[in-house]
Amino acid sequence: MAPNLSAAETVPTEPTVPTSMDLLRLAAVGSVDDGKSTLIGRLLHDTKQLFDDQLVAVEEASARRGSHAVDLSFVTDGLRAEREQGITIDVAYRYAATPTRKLVIADCPGHVQYTRNMATGASNADVALVVVDAQRGLRDQTRRHTCIAALLGVRHLVVAANKMDLVDWDPRAYHRVVEDMTSLAERLGVEAVSVVPVSALHGDNVAAPSGKAPWYDGPTVLDALESVPLRTTTATREQPARLPVQWVLRRPGGGRAYAGMVSGGVLAPGDPVVVLPGGRRASITSVTVADRVLTEAPAGLSVAVELDTDLDVSRGDLLAGPVGAPRVVETLEATVCWFAEGPLRAGTPYRVKHTTRVVPARVVAVTGRLDVRSLAVERGSQLEENDIGTVTVALSSPIVVDDYRQNRVTGSFVLIDPTTNATVAAGMIGPLHLGPTGTTRQRG
Amino acid sequence: MTDTLDRPANRLADRVAEPLPGWRRAAGADHLDLLEAHAIFVMREVAAECRAPVLLFSGGKDSAVLLHLAEKAFRPGRFPFPVLHVDTGHNFPEVVAFRDRRLEELGERLIVASVQDAIDRGRVPDPGRWGSRNRLQSVALLDAIGEHRFDACIGGARRDEDKARAKERVLSFRDDQGRWDPKRQRPELWQLYSGQLLPGEHLRAFPLSDWTELDVWQYVAREAIDLPPIYFAHSREVVERDGMLLAISPWVQPQPGEHVSERTVRFRTVGDATCTGAVASEAATLQQIIAETAASRISERGATRADDRFSESAMEDRKREGYF
Repeated sequence: MAPNLSAAETVPTEPTVPTSMDLLRLAAVGSVDDGKSTLIGRLLHDTKQLFDDQLVAVEEASARRGSHAVDLSFVTDGLRAEREQGITIDVAYRYAATPTRKLVIADCPGHVQYTRNMATGASNADVALVVVDAQRGLRDQTRRHTCIAALLGVRHLVVAANKMDLVDWDPRAYHRVVEDMTSLAERLGVEAVSVVPVSALHGDNVAAPSGKAPWYDGPTVLDALESVPLRTTTATREQPARLPVQWVLRRPGGGRAYAGMVSGGVLAPGDPVVVLPGGRRASITSVTVADRVLTEAPAGLSVAVELDTDLDVSRGDLLAGPVGAPRVVETLEATVCWFAEGPLRAGTPYRVKHTTRVVPARVVAVTGRLDVRSLAVERGSQLEENDIGTVTVALSSPIVVDDYRQNRVTGSFVLIDPTTNATVAAGMIGPLHLGPTGTTRQRG
Repeated sequence: MTDTLDRPANRLADRVAEPLPGWRRAAGADHLDLLEAHAIFVMREVAAECRAPVLLFSGGKDSAVLLHLAEKAFRPGRFPFPVLHVDTGHNFPEVVAFRDRRLEELGERLIVASVQDAIDRGRVPDPGRWGSRNRLQSVALLDAIGEHRFDACIGGARRDEDKARAKERVLSFRDDQGRWDPKRQRPELWQLYSGQLLPGEHLRAFPLSDWTELDVWQYVAREAIDLPPIYFAHSREVVERDGMLLAISPWVQPQPGEHVSERTVRFRTVGDATCTGAVASEAATLQQIIAETAASRISERGATRADDRFSESAMEDRKREGYF
């Protein structure tokens, strides 16, 4: 069966096999029915990342459900319940590659009750692809998702003003999305916004430029994604270096190496480090990945380091470099996304997992609740499911932290219900701060 | 196979000998470095948080990569877990030889959970000489988990393999019956993997979640990882059945009307010999396989696995029963 898609021409790409690529993590977010899954399906299809047998399966599934056109949302809606209900329940991860980048795409659910799954998909993202129905403009859920993505530290938005075919490619519909998104992004402190008029259904401006919007000369969605700068390739020695210790490796001769993922800055032999929370000092004598000796290790690599001094270092400790000392705290002021069905109230005991340490904790106060429509923080004493708010958490033993805005690893934690082990909240250390940090700009 | 390698030059390993000029720019690691780092991180977290983990090894390329990553995570120490092979009894002999050789080299403990045992003990019905034992693996696996009281199984499944797997967390929980409930997955924020369990529960950990088939092959080439020879083009007697090329073996014999032919083939996946198809291919080196993988128009499982063809939710259904 030949795929019969009303496709714009696919991008002409030779089957080249780059040996070395960047890795871009992207979260597709937005309200239900605005076309996220269809856009991801289209992006995969037009970059030739869908296999013929997968396309045939999608066509058959579409036909079985009485759809005349091929429904590309079936590409990512992989669970039976999702296909039956025509909604996305949980994040689907899909993979695409451009000549220079491997894309890890988290297709996030749009329903408010699955916000925890959306946050799961967005927590590691470099960029959010926000899908907006150009007929209807921004909805509450678009604002909520964009807000959560911004709180989670996503600094770049690529916005697909979708379903342009249904407004006859009227530039006014596009400009309305541009205005609303730009002003939202400014208030959220998101640095770069690129709004692209698209039809995910027909493939216009997704991977290939479209002739249907002569008034638009900006990038396609794919071009915009290719130009997003990556945080993983920008680690420098000027940034505070962090290594949460995961595991202690014993050398045959009796020495020890401390294994973990570099989580900020760059570590190199000769660097002085302080072991926290204890505060003892030492210098790094070697940085290795198995039997490879590295001259330096940037954030994102899993390494083992040896020190020149024999210290008591174990899992849960943090090695910090000479620049920018972290804080040792027993109380956290943090912003949380609350995921559990019941409310979060002050006084409840939880466990905090922060880097590689798990400590008993108690939420001592709920200090505020964010209104995602007005972006104002109201006074409040409890949070309901999917609310975002500010809390004070008392810890039973000290942990070593940075503000989330300085470091996504040492600034984040989850709250775990000690009776069910459920992960009930995502926490970001530091004040709830929404607002301009730089220049928001509209490209294209 | 290592003599056939064209190793890519731009990788971390080649940048370590001397300080690079302008090393601030060189701070970037490429996609394979980052995938490797994440996988090592996941293995160490599981080893640290779980009481009795085990590494699942099928003899295929993904589990060969897992063993390699475990070496990177834990050497010069021993692995903090044994290695478990769920043996359908319908194996390619090259794969069993490979398994035994690798475990011997590593000096790590191998546990074999046998589907034949499960059949002999009456735990599962015998599907007959020609039947696939793919689905019976779930029972043998769950029995081994119960017997050894494992609480975490580290597996080589990838999200690009199947649309149900595309939905699964890196740490994926199983209830006391071994079942996956896709509607009740734990939130998994950042890299804060929580391996805490209630009695009877266990988890599956998938360090290769974000790897694609192509990433695996590129990594195999870069790291010179040893694989069973059946992954490389070779001449073999096959029969064409349901659009797949099945290797003639004691468990796959031509049926009336089927024609046996000698073809040049290789395998893209390794599983139960009764449901794992070969693909016609001349790709005999890693670089040829990488080029072929990049140009392929059929998915890895679609090309080779009869077990995934039953329905559009075949994988989801099996995972709900406790499958890998």
